[in-house]
Amino acid sequence: MTDLTKLSAVDLAGLVATGETSAVEVTQAHLDRIGAVDERVHAFLHVDTEGALAAARAVDERRAAGEELGPLAGVPVAVKDVLTTKGVPTTVGSKILEGWRPPYDSTIVERLRAAGTVMLGKTNMDEFAMGSSTEYSAYGPTRNPWDTDRIPGGSGGGSAAALAAYEAPLSIGSDTGGSIRQPGAVTGTVGAKPTYGGTSRYGLVAFSSSLDTPGPCARNVLDAALLHQVIGGHDPRDSTSIPAPVPDVVGAARLGASGDLTGVKLGVVTEFTGEGAEPGVMAAFRESVEALAKLGAEIVEISCPHFRYALPAYYLIAPSECSSNLARFDGVRFGLRVGDDGNRSLEEVMSLTREAGFGPEVKRRIMIGTYALSSGYYDAYYGQAQKVRTLITRDFTTAFEQVDALISPTTPFVAFPIGARTSDPYQMYLADLFTIPTNLYGGPAISVPCGLSDGLPVGLQIMAPTMADDRMYRVAAALESSVGTFTPPAL
Amino acid sequence: MTTTLPAYDEVVARWEPVIGLETHVELGTNTKMWCGCPTDFGGEPNTRVCPVCLGLPGSLPVANKAAIEATIRIGLALNCSIAEWCRFARKNYFYPDMPKNFQISQYDEPLCFDGYLDVEVNGELVRIGIERVHLEEDTGKTLHVGGATGRIHGATESLVDYNRAGIPLVEIVTKPIPGTGALAPEVARAYVAELRDVIRSLGVSDVRMEEGSLRCDVNTSLNRPGEEWGTRTETKNVNSLRSVERAVRSEMLRQASVLDAGGRITQETRHFHEDTGDTTPGRSKETATDYRYFPEPDLVPLAPDTAWVAELKAALPELPRLRRKRIQQDWGLSDLDMQSVVNAGAVELIEATVAAGATPAAARKWWLGELSRRANETGVELADVGATPAQVAELQGLVDAGKLNDKLARTVLEGVVAGEGSPTEIMTNRNLEVVSDTGALTAAVDEAIAANPDVADKVRSGKVAAAGALVGAVMKTTRGQADAKTVRELILERLGA
Ligand SMILES: [Zn+2]
Repeated sequence: MTDLTKLSAVDLAGLVATGETSAVEVTQAHLDRIGAVDERVHAFLHVDTEGALAAARAVDERRAAGEELGPLAGVPVAVKDVLTTKGVPTTVGSKILEGWRPPYDSTIVERLRAAGTVMLGKTNMDEFAMGSSTEYSAYGPTRNPWDTDRIPGGSGGGSAAALAAYEAPLSIGSDTGGSIRQPGAVTGTVGAKPTYGGTSRYGLVAFSSSLDTPGPCARNVLDAALLHQVIGGHDPRDSTSIPAPVPDVVGAARLGASGDLTGVKLGVVTEFTGEGAEPGVMAAFRESVEALAKLGAEIVEISCPHFRYALPAYYLIAPSECSSNLARFDGVRFGLRVGDDGNRSLEEVMSLTREAGFGPEVKRRIMIGTYALSSGYYDAYYGQAQKVRTLITRDFTTAFEQVDALISPTTPFVAFPIGARTSDPYQMYLADLFTIPTNLYGGPAISVPCGLSDGLPVGLQIMAPTMADDRMYRVAAALESSVGTFTPPAL
Repeated sequence: MTTTLPAYDEVVARWEPVIGLETHVELGTNTKMWCGCPTDFGGEPNTRVCPVCLGLPGSLPVANKAAIEATIRIGLALNCSIAEWCRFARKNYFYPDMPKNFQISQYDEPLCFDGYLDVEVNGELVRIGIERVHLEEDTGKTLHVGGATGRIHGATESLVDYNRAGIPLVEIVTKPIPGTGALAPEVARAYVAELRDVIRSLGVSDVRMEEGSLRCDVNTSLNRPGEEWGTRTETKNVNSLRSVERAVRSEMLRQASVLDAGGRITQETRHFHEDTGDTTPGRSKETATDYRYFPEPDLVPLAPDTAWVAELKAALPELPRLRRKRIQQDWGLSDLDMQSVVNAGAVELIEATVAAGATPAAARKWWLGELSRRANETGVELADVGATPAQVAELQGLVDAGKLNDKLARTVLEGVVAGEGSPTEIMTNRNLEVVSDTGALTAAVDEAIAANPDVADKVRSGKVAAAGALVGAVMKTTRGQADAKTVRELILERLGA
């Protein structure tokens, strides 16, 4: 009998649609797998067994009634705990929201339900999506299925690990500085950050509003494109949502899978291929560039001189926005409340709640952001960072006048051992060195597995112009057709 | 602290005031600023809320276009320039009645800026510069239960109602107003009154100060003639026209007494107390919150289409001050009479009554007389007294046609106010029409003469004044429906006097 958990989303949807298997069987297989391995992986913060089976039964009933099912109907999805799910706990990896059951669904989750996908549960993440290893989760780290002593990346380590551990064929992440792509790279999975505004942020618990972008994660490029198609598109509840149809990402992925990149011009970002990346990562990247050239792509070197300022600019903009976004967590209306013993003032209760509810990395960023926005410092920090953002955007638009897409390694290093970088925040921040510029620009980018370094996965990043998400799927699918997918050792 | 305050005219002889006003107006849009929740008053606490106006994690604001339109119209009516491009900003501070612990407001990019409003004080026009008009959101209301003060300190419980959270709020800020001298308090009052009328004429808010839909903060400073402006204080939440005037005056007196004694004014916010007319210090600006303003990343910039703005400008109603001038001329009223019409809030009502067919004099008589009296007695606004301009015009029509006399008309009006129906219906149903049938009247007169032979004799003998008693008797039998003058003539005729 086929192991349903090893199949792609496309194949699972096909089996459900033809009735060869039921959505309930597919769901149960994944729930069983979670039961078997998640103790070691800890990808999930909450498994919604009943909700998942009910959703699966509904799909089976619709099929039995002869209704037409969507392209992903009956396929299980794991959702990063940053998205609100009606009645299902949503913690954002933080103690401050422990036990909170939102009264509403995020737009992404609403669309997932409407498409007949089956939500298995909520995945682990760095608290408030601040981190690159999932070690900053208040509920303990997620482990990399390739080597459980190593990190699965972050902040969306849970969503990536769930795929690599075959606990789910699809998952949803959110990418503020690389939180979809970097976990994808270090777990050998595909992670796409759509164009900012291409996927709705309604119901995404905000970290940095001008950067946060929810997106799809999968084990192959076509699956990611199908999920992207389901969750993407305009949402009137998000003012920053782009009122345009989703680019034809599925068509592009299918086109790319033919392995022909003739006429496609790719720019290798000079600034990201020098020092900074591990030799093993660079080796895998170079080989992939060769492979892309063999597929017909024209490869050129492109300099983006302001990318080197992306990291410092990001670490002013994101904390500034977060310092304001996280102000609402005060124990008054929802979530944790500490010290409300009838003797303390409201201010004391709010302050004790925040002191107890937020972890050290979150506090660090709130403090940085509060400082950067203070009167007298605003121009020197937040204002200056916004200017850098403009310059980085200009680097991108200039580059895209010359090439169709930019490529680089996704992250400078492969999965590192748990605990290796927690004592030095800057070492942790470096994990997002190559992914951050895209967030500041707002364009789409995808990480696709491109090889191994000492038995650990390496990702290649493809960055495209805003609203040209289809372009990156074509290149990613082409590379995948050449280098194949990567399977971790059995857990 | 008790100090003897100097006399006002001495103060203004030595000191020149500079005032400034910040006014907040709750817009009367159907829905809130960032969500679809209803905005009407009342409702059980926390029933007019949703994830957005509760600031729940993940929720996002979407700007209410009607509120933006209303703000632009206010800006245009105040002769402002309208920004071609501007952004909302977050004003960050912790307070439990603010669901997100920041307020979405505007900072250095207001939607409307650099305008003016002309107001009339003692027959003179004073031009008040308008610095800016911007759009923001209202907060909820915190109720501190227990404790002696009702303030946050000492309370045993704090309850928050978020029904008002997210109501669109327009802030109108004047430029500093120097040079008004002794008239500063009156100028402040006249400005707020005029602003209220402008906003009401636009139909964008009911601007009721007593319900808090218009609130004022008053800035005051004093300087010696010819010297630099002094340090200003900001008196918060001054919530009636009379209080605006009193707050400026009281703060001028207080500052003068401090300065005269060689002291200095602290830049601070102060609270106005309706009962005493005094201000007391609030938060000092030197330890004030740093609001850490930055552009609101959840909203896209506002870029009102210039053609749309031009359309809104072309469709603005006549300004209240100009309209009043025109109406005063049309109705032939003296300045004093016009003032009483304005003070009674009767301009629109009279105008509508005239439009429905009454003469200006008659319309004014009803609205300023009987109906104003009734509104005062029952403590409602004149517009809510229970009679409509159409009904008043109809009533006057019945008087003009001789069907009602003045006394009967008042009775009918009572019926109208009581909701019994239209004046004609009430007249018919209650059988109140003037008895003009002389046959019926003659019978009533004969009856009165027969019933009062002594009085009749007196009249016959030339004591015409005694006829009053017979008139009274006739009026009584006709239940006041006869025309007294006609009755009197008939009696004298019958008695040959
Ligand atoms: Zn609401």
